[in-house]
Amino acid sequence: MRTAISRLELLQPRSLQDALRMLRDEAPLTPLAGATDLYVALNFGTLENTRFLNLWGLHPLRRVTLREDMLRIGALATYTALRRSRLVRRRLPILVSAAREVGGVQIQNRGTLGGNVANASPAGDTLPVLAVAEAIVVLRSADGERRVPFGEFYTGYRASVRRPDELIVAFEIPEIHGRQWFRKVGTRAAQAISKVVMAAVRGPRPRIALGSVAPTVIRLAHVEEALAGGASLDDAVRLLDRDIQPIDDLRSTAAYRRDVAANLLRRFWAETADSG
Amino acid sequence: MRNVVGQSVPRKDGIDKATGHARYADDLRFPGMLFGRTVRSTIPSGRLAGVRLGFDPTGFTVVDYRDIPGQNFIALIVDDQPCLVEHDIRHVAEPVLLLAHENRDALLGALVTLDEEPSDPIFDPELSPTAFKTILIEKGDLAAGFAGADHIVEGTYRTGHQEHVYIEPQGVIAVPEGDRMTVYGSIQCPFYAHKALATVLGDAVSSVRVIQTETGGGFGGKEEYPSGIAAHAALLALKARRPVKLVYDRVEDMVATTKRHPAIVRHRTGLTSEGRLVAMDIEIVLDGGAYTTLSPVVLSRGAIHAAGPYRCDNVRIAARAMFTNTPPNGAFRGFGAPQTQFGVEVHMERVAEQLGLDPVALRERNLLRPGDTTATGQLVGEDCSALEVLRTAVRRSGFRRKRRAYAGTTRGIGLAMYWHGSGFTGSGELKLASRATIELTATGVRVLTSSTEIGQGTRTMHAQIVADALGIPYEQVEIAAADTGVVPDSGPTVASRTCMVVGRILQRAAEEIRAKLGESTPAEYFLRHGPLRVTKQYEQPEWIRWDEINYRGDAYAAYAWGCDVVEVELDPDTWEVRPLRVTVVNEIGKAIHPALARGQTEGGTAQGLGYALLERVAMRNGAMANAQLTNYIIPTTMDTPKLDVVLLEHPYAGGPFGAKGLGELSIDGPAPAVVNAIRNLQLDVRSIPALPETIREAACASP
Amino acid sequence: MRFTLNGREVDVDVSPLARLLDVLREECGLTGTKEGCGEGECGACTVLVNGEVVCSCLVPVAQVEGTEVTTIEGLGDEHPLQRAFMDEIGAQCGICTPGMILTAITLGSNPTLAQIREGLAGNLCRCTGYEAIYRAIQRAS
Repeated sequence: MRTAISRLELLQPRSLQDALRMLRDEAPLTPLAGATDLYVALNFGTLENTRFLNLWGLHPLRRVTLREDMLRIGALATYTALRRSRLVRRRLPILVSAAREVGGVQIQNRGTLGGNVANASPAGDTLPVLAVAEAIVVLRSADGERRVPFGEFYTGYRASVRRPDELIVAFEIPEIHGRQWFRKVGTRAAQAISKVVMAAVRGPRPRIALGSVAPTVIRLAHVEEALAGGASLDDAVRLLDRDIQPIDDLRSTAAYRRDVAANLLRRFWAETADSG
Repeated sequence: MRNVVGQSVPRKDGIDKATGHARYADDLRFPGMLFGRTVRSTIPSGRLAGVRLGFDPTGFTVVDYRDIPGQNFIALIVDDQPCLVEHDIRHVAEPVLLLAHENRDALLGALVTLDEEPSDPIFDPELSPTAFKTILIEKGDLAAGFAGADHIVEGTYRTGHQEHVYIEPQGVIAVPEGDRMTVYGSIQCPFYAHKALATVLGDAVSSVRVIQTETGGGFGGKEEYPSGIAAHAALLALKARRPVKLVYDRVEDMVATTKRHPAIVRHRTGLTSEGRLVAMDIEIVLDGGAYTTLSPVVLSRGAIHAAGPYRCDNVRIAARAMFTNTPPNGAFRGFGAPQTQFGVEVHMERVAEQLGLDPVALRERNLLRPGDTTATGQLVGEDCSALEVLRTAVRRSGFRRKRRAYAGTTRGIGLAMYWHGSGFTGSGELKLASRATIELTATGVRVLTSSTEIGQGTRTMHAQIVADALGIPYEQVEIAAADTGVVPDSGPTVASRTCMVVGRILQRAAEEIRAKLGESTPAEYFLRHGPLRVTKQYEQPEWIRWDEINYRGDAYAAYAWGCDVVEVELDPDTWEVRPLRVTVVNEIGKAIHPALARGQTEGGTAQGLGYALLERVAMRNGAMANAQLTNYIIPTTMDTPKLDVVLLEHPYAGGPFGAKGLGELSIDGPAPAVVNAIRNLQLDVRSIPALPETIREAACASP
Repeated sequence: MRFTLNGREVDVDVSPLARLLDVLREECGLTGTKEGCGEGECGACTVLVNGEVVCSCLVPVAQVEGTEVTTIEGLGDEHPLQRAFMDEIGAQCGICTPGMILTAITLGSNPTLAQIREGLAGNLCRCTGYEAIYRAIQRAS
C-alpha cells in the first residue's frame, strides 16, 4: 500500500441521518462504500482525499423494492445482490447482465450500484443501463431529498450534479416496455474494463446508450430519433458517428471504438427486429 | 527397479501450499527488520545531476552508489549494468537511491527529488547504433539455394514485450549476521545472486549466503533480476546493520523488472514447386533494452531455433541484439525461441498460402527426420519425433475435417510445429560444471542441489529420480533447501535443464551410492558406517562438438518436439478472437511425473495464449505505461479454453530415465498456432499480440 | 475493531482504513493470504467475509467489524479441497492456491465446469492454465 494510512481518517455514521449530518458539518468527506474503486487509487497513492465516510453499514440503503410499479434499488445494493434479486431479474435484466460482467465474484460481492454511478467513470458498466432505463437518481442531504433524471446527472468528465453534502441513496426505475439489450466489449472475457459498452431498449421508441466513447455515458438522442422516424440503419450509423467522441487510450483506439459502436448498433437492431 | 518414475506421486510441497503454510519472501519477518524502498530515474536517457532529500533523516538509512564497498555493477555476462546509478541514466526506473526505515508509512512519505538532465533517447532497435551481440549461422550455399528455387516468399513478423506476471512479486530480505550477509528471497538462481552480492559487497563482508524462499512463480523473471534487488537489500542491511525487507509492489515490479525481448524477424525463403525448402535467409533483431544482461544468450537460442524444426541445405541466420533506452529485457520462458518460432511458423503458413499447398503437407515435406542436419549442422538424433508429433496433433484435433467444415464461417483452425533444445547451448553446460550431492541420513537420503522449486516440481521430480535410482521409497528422499551455504552449484534453474541435466547428475550420484550400499538400506548403512556423501559433476556427452565462434555443431544435447492446433472463433462485430480449443502434442523423452509434465505443458500453453492475444506492454517514453494488472492482462479462466495435452515419449539416452527438457517447449507453439488460425479466416496478421484492434486493421486491409 | 477470525473473536487496534489483507498478515500473523497486485485483480488475497469471497486488499478493516472472516488457515489441514488440490496437482507454485481454494468453497457441491470457470474468473493463476484446478475441484465435489 502506497498511501500512508496514518494520515487517513474514516468517519463511521450509525445511520443515514448521521451520515448526512457528517457530510454537512464535517466536510470535506469522501463517501466510501464497497471500496473497489476508491481503494485502488488509495493503494497506489494517487488519491488526494484523506477523509472518508464509511457507508458500508447503512443497510437500509441496500434494499431492492417495488413500490407503485417503480423499481427502487438502494444505492448500496451490491452487484451480487442485483444478480440475485428476482425483482431486478424480471424488471431490468440488462442490469443483471452488467453486474455479471463488471468483474470477478470478489468484486461483485463488494461493488455497489451507487458506487459505480458516483465513481462517474465514462466506462462504468451499469451507466448505459441506467441511462436507457431512464432511472431517477435519488439524492439526499441533511436538508432533504431531490430527484434527478439520470440523463441530467452527469455534467462532464467525472463530474455530476451531486453536491458534496449529498449522498446517492437510491435509483428509481419506471417500468420498461420493449426488449432490453446489453453488450460489453472488454479487454478480455472476464474481469475487464470496457472498451465499449452499450445498453438499449427496443420499445415504442428505441433507447440507446453507450459508455467509453465520450467523457460521460451518453444517450444517442439523434440516432434514437432517426430510427424512431423510420430512418435506415446506415443513416443511423452516420448519426452515431457524429454523436460519439472516442479516444485512443491504454486499452483501445478511437477507430476501433467507433467501428465497434456502429457494429453493436447494427447487431442490436437486427437481434431485436421482432420487437418494437 | 522402477517404482515412482512415471507415476504422479504426491508433491513434496503439496500440503504446505494447499494449507497456506508455505512461506514466501514477504511472509518472513526478522527481529529489528526495516522496510526498503528504491528511488528510480524518471527519464529514459541523460545524466543525474543531483539528489535532494526532503525529509527528516531520523530513523532512515540512505544508500547511494558511494556506499558500495565492492564494485558498482551487477555481475552477469558483461559488467555494464550499475547496481546504482552514478551519473549516467540509461532507462526509466533505473535505481538511483535506496531508503530503509522501520515504519512503512514514513518510508513511503519520504520525499526525494532527482535532478535529471535529459538527452535524446533511442527507442527503435533498428535505429540503435549499439549491438550487444551479433550472431551469424551459415549452412550450405544460400545463393545457390535461391537460384534453384521455383518460388521465393518474403515476410516480416513482430513480437512485443511480455511481462512474466508471476503472481508473487519480486522480494528479498537481507540479514546481516556479524560480518556475514545472508539474503533470503524469491530467487530462481541462488548462485547468480551470490556472485552479484560478493561483487557488490566486496571486502565489507567475509561471506555471503543466499537462501531461496518458497517462490510464487518465476518463468525466467527471477533468473537474473533478483541479483539486483538482493544487492540493494544487502547494501541497506550493511549500512543499517539490521535486516532489510525489499519487496516490490506489482506496479514497480512491472515497470522496473525484465521482460521478454521484443523481436523483428524477417524471412526470405526459397522453395521448389512441390514445397521443399531450398533456401532460408533469416534476419533477427532483438530489443535488448539498456544493458547487456542476458541478451547474448537469448539471441543465441533464438537464432538456433529460427529456422524451425525443418531441414534445409542452405540457411543463413543473421541475428543481433540491440541497445535501446528502455529497462533491460531478460530471461522469459522460451528465451528467444518463442519469438523466432513465431516468425518461422507464421511464415510457413504464408508459404503454404502462396504456393497453394496444404499446410500439413508442407510441414511433412520439410520436417527434420533422424539423420537430417539442422541449421548449425547438428545431426538430428533417433529421438526426433517431429513427424509423429505433427501427425498425432493433426489426427487428434480433426484438423483436416475442421478446416473443411470451418471454411467460410467465423471459425478458424491453425497449427504450428516447434522444437526446443534442452539445457545450455553448446559447451555451456561444460562451463557451468554443475554439481549435485546426495548424502545419507538416519532415515534415508538428502538431495543437495541449487536447483530451485518455482512451481514446476523440482523437489518432487528430483526425489523420484533419486528414489528409483537408489531403489528406495520416495518418502525416504528429502530435498535440501536451495541454500548456497549448504548445496553445491548445480547451475541455474533455467533452460529446461533441471530434469535432464541436473536430474542426470543426481541419477549418477545415486547409482554410485547404490553400489556402495549393496544390500543395506541407507539407514542401515548410515548407522553402521556413518555419513556417506557423493557429489557428481556434469559430464558432457562425448559426441558433442560445438564451435562457439562460427556457431556450428551440436547446439543442444537433445531436442523436444511439439505441435499445437488451435481453433478460434472470431466475433465479426468486435474482432475479438476467442480460442475454443487447443490440442498440444509434446514429445519430451520421458515424463518423470505425468501430472507435473502435463501441468507444465498446460501452463506454458496458457501463457503462450496470453502472449498471442492479450498481453501488450504499452511503452510511453521508454517506460511501461500500463503497469497494473487492470491494464496488462493475462488470461483468466474465461479466456483459457480446453487444453487437450498429449505427451509422447522418445527417450533420450543421456537424460535420467530418458527425459529431455520440457518446461519451455510448450510456450513456443501457441502464438503462431493462434495467428495461423486467424490467417485461416483470411486475416493477414503478422504480429502479436493479435489484439482486436490489430485484427480490425487486418480486416480493413483485406479486399 | 472486533470481528470473528476463523471462528475466534479478535480485537485489533489499527487504523480503520488499514487493509484487511495487512491486518490479517501482520496484526493477526496469518500469512496464508497473499498480496499479488493490490488492486483486486489477481484474487490471491481472497478471503471469505460472512461466507462470501472478497479481495482483502480492497477491504478497509473497519468494514469487517462484526463479521465472520475466514482465511485459508481457517480450513485446517484436512479440508477435502486441500486434499483434492494435492492429488490433482492443482498447485504448482502455490501462491494463488489459498485464494483458489477459498473461492472454490463457495461454488457449492457439484458445480459444472462452466460454473467453476465463471466462479474462478477473479482468481488468476499463471502456472497451471487452470485445467488441474478444475480437476481438483471436480474431484472434491
